[in-house]
Amino acid sequence: MNIIVCIKQVPDTTDVRIDPATNTLVREGVPSIINPFDMYAIEEGLRLREKLGGKVTVLSMGPPQVAAALKEAISMGVDEAVLLSDRAFAGADTWATSYTLALGIRKLGGYGLVLCGKQAIDGDTAQVGPGIAEFLDIPQVTYVKKVETIDERGATAWRMTEDGYEVVKTSLPAVLTVVKEINEPRLPSLKGKMRAKSYQPTVWKASDLGADEQSTGLNGSPTNVVKIFTPPVKTGGIVLTGDVNEAVAAVVEGLKERQLI
Amino acid sequence: MSDIEILQDKCVGCGACLPSCPYGAISLQDNLAVIDDDKCTLCGACVASCGFDAILLRKDVREEKADLSAYKGVWVFAEQKNGEVQGISYELLGEGRKLADTLGVELSAVILGKDIGEAIKELGYRGADKVYAVAHPELEHFHDEPYSRILSDLIRTHKPEIVLCGASTIGRALIPRVAIQIHTGLTADCTGLAIDEERRILLQTRPAFGGNIMATIICPNHRPQMATVRHKVMKEPARDPSKKAEVITTSYDSATLSSRTSVEKVVEEATNLIKLTDADIIVSGGRGLKGPENFSLIEGLARAIGGAVGASRAAVDAGWIPYSHQVGQTGKTVAPKLYIACGISGAIQHLVGMQSSDCIIAINKDPDAPIFKVANYGIVGDLFEVVPALTKKLQESGRK
Ligand SMILES: Cc1cc2nc3c(=O)[nH]c(=O)nc-3n(C[C@H](O)[C@H](O)[C@H](O)COP(=O)(O)OP(=O)(O)OC[C@H]3O[C@@H](n4cnc5c(N)ncnc54)[C@H](O)[C@@H]3O)c2cc1C
Ligand SMILES: Nc1ncnc2c1ncn2[C@@H]1O[C@H](COP(=O)(O)O)[C@@H](O)[C@H]1O
Repeated sequence: MNIIVCIKQVPDTTDVRIDPATNTLVREGVPSIINPFDMYAIEEGLRLREKLGGKVTVLSMGPPQVAAALKEAISMGVDEAVLLSDRAFAGADTWATSYTLALGIRKLGGYGLVLCGKQAIDGDTAQVGPGIAEFLDIPQVTYVKKVETIDERGATAWRMTEDGYEVVKTSLPAVLTVVKEINEPRLPSLKGKMRAKSYQPTVWKASDLGADEQSTGLNGSPTNVVKIFTPPVKTGGIVLTGDVNEAVAAVVEGLKERQLI
Repeated sequence: MSDIEILQDKCVGCGACLPSCPYGAISLQDNLAVIDDDKCTLCGACVASCGFDAILLRKDVREEKADLSAYKGVWVFAEQKNGEVQGISYELLGEGRKLADTLGVELSAVILGKDIGEAIKELGYRGADKVYAVAHPELEHFHDEPYSRILSDLIRTHKPEIVLCGASTIGRALIPRVAIQIHTGLTADCTGLAIDEERRILLQTRPAFGGNIMATIICPNHRPQMATVRHKVMKEPARDPSKKAEVITTSYDSATLSSRTSVEKVVEEATNLIKLTDADIIVSGGRGLKGPENFSLIEGLARAIGGAVGASRAAVDAGWIPYSHQVGQTGKTVAPKLYIACGISGAIQHLVGMQSSDCIIAINKDPDAPIFKVANYGIVGDLFEVVPALTKKLQESGRK
């Protein structure tokens, strides 16, 4: 079965700090990484390929520098990588991103499964996976923590819920979005790294996809960001040092005042 | 094509926009800001950072203005499990009421399910003016396809201007499909909603970049304006059994109700602990606990005040406690009345999951730990002394 994995390159947000003096993001030297959830999607794709045969292709939409992320996926053992890159794709919200990725997936064709991460850590929307499924008119299972059975016609997956999980059967092709419990991503192999070195991802532009320019990028995005600000910091807290029992007594007093106990 | 431009006659080369770019796409060249097209994603973060209106983001849309005024009213998608409305939906009715009153329009709830008679009444008690109800055996469990088809159809027929849905596992699977079907914008996981009264548009505020920044998002030219909203951020309205909603029922044919997925089994993971996202009090432990055995300290404190047990990712990754207890960006978002963090440093990814708690107590031996910045009460000290002392004190005051 051929599997397409959608991956996004994101800034590594652990390293993003706010400069208290200027109240802006300090992003000097913040490295770009593959969205952590997409690493699980890549790993799942590779594991399913080992079981079922076929090819794993990673697909990403983004600026040219995303090629680095695609090469990293190649080093993990992915067969092919496709980058959808065009100035006309810039500024896409989840509507336009799903539209563009769905066009890329259609052009690739012949797939049994599309895998996405649960969400991307920069936007945290979790909307692109279901969006792709809707554009392709195929079923979806979100928050998958285990693929129990799979063959050419269908799959059974465990879908995480607030209270536990559901065992969901789906016909294929389908979109699955995966959570971190699903597996432990492998490290790149030496052979993979060698291959990645000289590998050049296929690049498709808007015209290659036959994309409607009014539907991609900022043009195709119904939503606009109008304001960006740093979250207000809580103030007025009391920090107690010194004797433990006195500190504890003061806190318990405070909790009583707030009627929390 | 849309593009972004630095207006050279306005740019003073102050560099204020440089750190605002999450992608490092702006640099200064000859005292002017320059944007690298290969890195820029047109996200617009720099536009607001410029004090000189020197950055112009141009959206090239062929305006086929739909008649936006044909859309009226605020809708809340009411999530049900076994016929019971979920808490998040009541929170949305509380918030929806405020938005509807500001706009001077009706507040409606939409509910899909099998046996939903009681649920419909409850939605009325919580302030819905109207309830759009669709009851079929096929809708007992949530299924992405029929649910999204039906909700899209109801929206096309009745044309609400705003649709709100919980940012739950169901909501976040359902609503993105609806947004594509009816071609409108959708903002995920909002923590703040307000109305721009002049333009009658919804201002949707949400954390991004792991909570490092907040973004306000609008959907100016498409309707309805749709948002998923984070659990425990909005307040539930009081239940008033004298209130009654007008009920509009609709039924659908088998094609609309069909689904290519089926739920084979629903498994509730048994925990004897209180569910984290519903808990009023949470006691969390981090790497400072040193080992799994010491979680008994956290459990002891939790028991003393009737709380649930949470954890930082470091504690989860070390295998000290299951992932279902993890609080933070890649775990659960919680907003209890009281959150007690023990031996947790307060990394931003942890803070975004708990900082909207009403009251936060932090226990840490490092006075510079960032957790103290969000704490109402901080105790600088060794948790192995402080936690037992606090547990004891709380047990005593509980007995009195
Ligand atoms: C993409 C991404 C997503 C993430 N998502 C999450 C998430 O969802 N949730 C999350 O929590 N983290 C998340 N993290 C990890 C986060 O960055 C931190 O690494 C993590 O929260 C640290 O956990 P900690 O505070 O327990 O450990 P540490 O940072 O090691 O802090 C331990 C603290 O305990 C204190 N301490 C030690 N001994 C004692 C003692 N005897 N008494 C009192 N205090 C003591 C220390 O002073 C220290 O402050 C994420 C990271 C990334 C990159
Ligand atoms: N630009 C993109 N290119 C490829 N895949 C993407 C892109 N954006 C989002 N995705 C996929 O969609 C998932 C959810 O992303 P999001 O909706 O942005 O939270 C990610 O984990 C990726 O698998």
